[in-house]
Amino acid sequence: MKKGLSPKVRIIIFAVLLLAIVILPVYIKNQYIVRIATLCVMYSALALSLNLITGFMGQVSLGHAAFMGIGAYTSAILSDRFGWSFVPTMLCAVLVAAIFGILLGIPALKLSGSYLAIVTLGFCEVVRLTELNWMSLTRGPMGMTGIKKPLVFGIQIKSNGGYYWLALILLAIVLFFVMNISNSHVGRAIMSVREDEVAASAMGVNIRYYKVMTFTISAALAGMMGAFYAHYMRFIDPSAFNFEQSTSILSMVILGGLGGVPGSILGAVILSVLPELLRDLSSLRMLIYGLVIAVMMIFRPQGIMGRTTFAQILGIQKKHALNPEEATQLLGGEATPFDKEEVEA
Amino acid sequence: MFLQQLINGLTIGSSYALVAVGYSMVFGVLELTNFAHSSVFMLGGYVAAVALRGGLPLWLAVLLSIGTCALFGMLTDRCALMPMRKRGASRVSYLIATIGISTFLQNLIMLVFGSEAIPFKEVFPRTKFSIGNATMSYLQVFTILLTLVLMAATSLLVYKTKIGASMRAIAQNQTAAKLMGVNTDLVITFTFLLGSALAAVAGIMFGMYYYSVDLQMGFTVGMKTFASAVLGGIGSLPGAVVGGFTIGVLESMFAGYVSSGFKDAVGFIVLIVVLLIRPAGLFGQKKISKV
Repeated sequence: MKKGLSPKVRIIIFAVLLLAIVILPVYIKNQYIVRIATLCVMYSALALSLNLITGFMGQVSLGHAAFMGIGAYTSAILSDRFGWSFVPTMLCAVLVAAIFGILLGIPALKLSGSYLAIVTLGFCEVVRLTELNWMSLTRGPMGMTGIKKPLVFGIQIKSNGGYYWLALILLAIVLFFVMNISNSHVGRAIMSVREDEVAASAMGVNIRYYKVMTFTISAALAGMMGAFYAHYMRFIDPSAFNFEQSTSILSMVILGGLGGVPGSILGAVILSVLPELLRDLSSLRMLIYGLVIAVMMIFRPQGIMGRTTFAQILGIQKKHALNPEEATQLLGGEATPFDKEEVEA
Repeated sequence: MFLQQLINGLTIGSSYALVAVGYSMVFGVLELTNFAHSSVFMLGGYVAAVALRGGLPLWLAVLLSIGTCALFGMLTDRCALMPMRKRGASRVSYLIATIGISTFLQNLIMLVFGSEAIPFKEVFPRTKFSIGNATMSYLQVFTILLTLVLMAATSLLVYKTKIGASMRAIAQNQTAAKLMGVNTDLVITFTFLLGSALAAVAGIMFGMYYYSVDLQMGFTVGMKTFASAVLGGIGSLPGAVVGGFTIGVLESMFAGYVSSGFKDAVGFIVLIVVLLIRPAGLFGQKKISKV
């Protein structure tokens, strides 16, 4: 894309873009656009948290909406019954979602591939059924209404702009976790599980530990965004956290690129804006999502951006983080893994 | 009450068994869980319900439903999975692709047939007779018998015919089967076709039994039938049948004795327990992963 630009220019462009994103509610007065932007930010965070499991660890989870729902209900119930403000209810939502992440992570230890996908799908359904049938706690199918607007460290959030900034702060927290994990030995261990589980364990990677850890962190982050969702929409019911929601988040991750941070954000933005642009086709939303997932897998399984990192976009990645082509160029070889003649000889 | 729940469970279990066999066969040849399979089951129910509502005779509605599903199963393999096989896609990609196809098909059905439940015209006499203190309708007898006949026919096909031998060869080793002259693509597509046709029959029986088809049926039945296939040992045909009937009966008992609100969770609980205690299932063989 911006191949010819030097890192300096790229960083300047990036900084300007970032600034434009941060101060968006200041110069855009159309409240509808600010609301869509907030949804983009929220779904970016959700897609990033799912990307930890599906992109970095290579395990398909269809239960992401369940964690979001657990977070949303925890936060809404605490603020409704006990009148707690947003920060403590959100922290509790994170904690409860993390506990459920551990619970789901334990059966997930022994499973991978289709089995894990089905178990997470079933988990999503059981959580939804519980939300639906536990009337005294969740008000069942009627849903919870009139959830309080968030009060963050004494600041009452009222305007759409306020919600947008709150979402941005939460996205920054998610980004902090996901990028730190992906750039550390923990991230490399998680990615080795994706590449080959048996080989990774033979190399001394404690698969059980990393699987449970990834599930827990991912669940906690989704729970946090669920808490935001509850206080932003101010109405939640079990149907908001069903399998469809899980599939939507999954399709964002896949469109953007499995295992890449900027990709997830791009995927979430495209798939959040697209249904709004095609208002007449809003009934086609899930149809499009399904098609996106299948077509991407058939023709471009790496997604739009693949595993591109922010550092690569900015052209400032460290020297040891070479991609295979650059590595072979540096070594003065051809960019092919095998030399055919040598094999024949 | 016990006998009544047993009869109801066996009836509904026969639908599950037919769908579970489809999961099991596809898993056998490709080691892939076809997520779109439960949507094909739903498609089968919908096509038959709409055809009957439109005044078509039963045999034509059934044929139309089976034909549509078989075609869709075939297209799933030819248009989506075969190009991926040629490219050597990873297993996760297949899985995600079928999730996408499933979502696509479910929403296509909603778009074409509307989001309201469609009543299933009564075509079978619901005369009942009593056994002890329970009653059983001729529809239930017919459903269970038809399932057993279809299962016997499928078993014959898989264990006694040439194409069945090819299917089993691919299940053991796809490359070796190809080298031995098996047209693997053809056989895999045939497996999809056969599984989808059975799912269509299951969808019709399900619609007949509950008097209607709705958009939830694919999703809920998908979970239970996968649990059935795993319980019986995925890849094993008799296992899938036994698993299907078992899950049907367990669910019926649970609804009768414990709570009907959570009866859809029974399949999931069974699935978790089986995967934790005996992942190979009742009739499956334990697999060892090699590097």
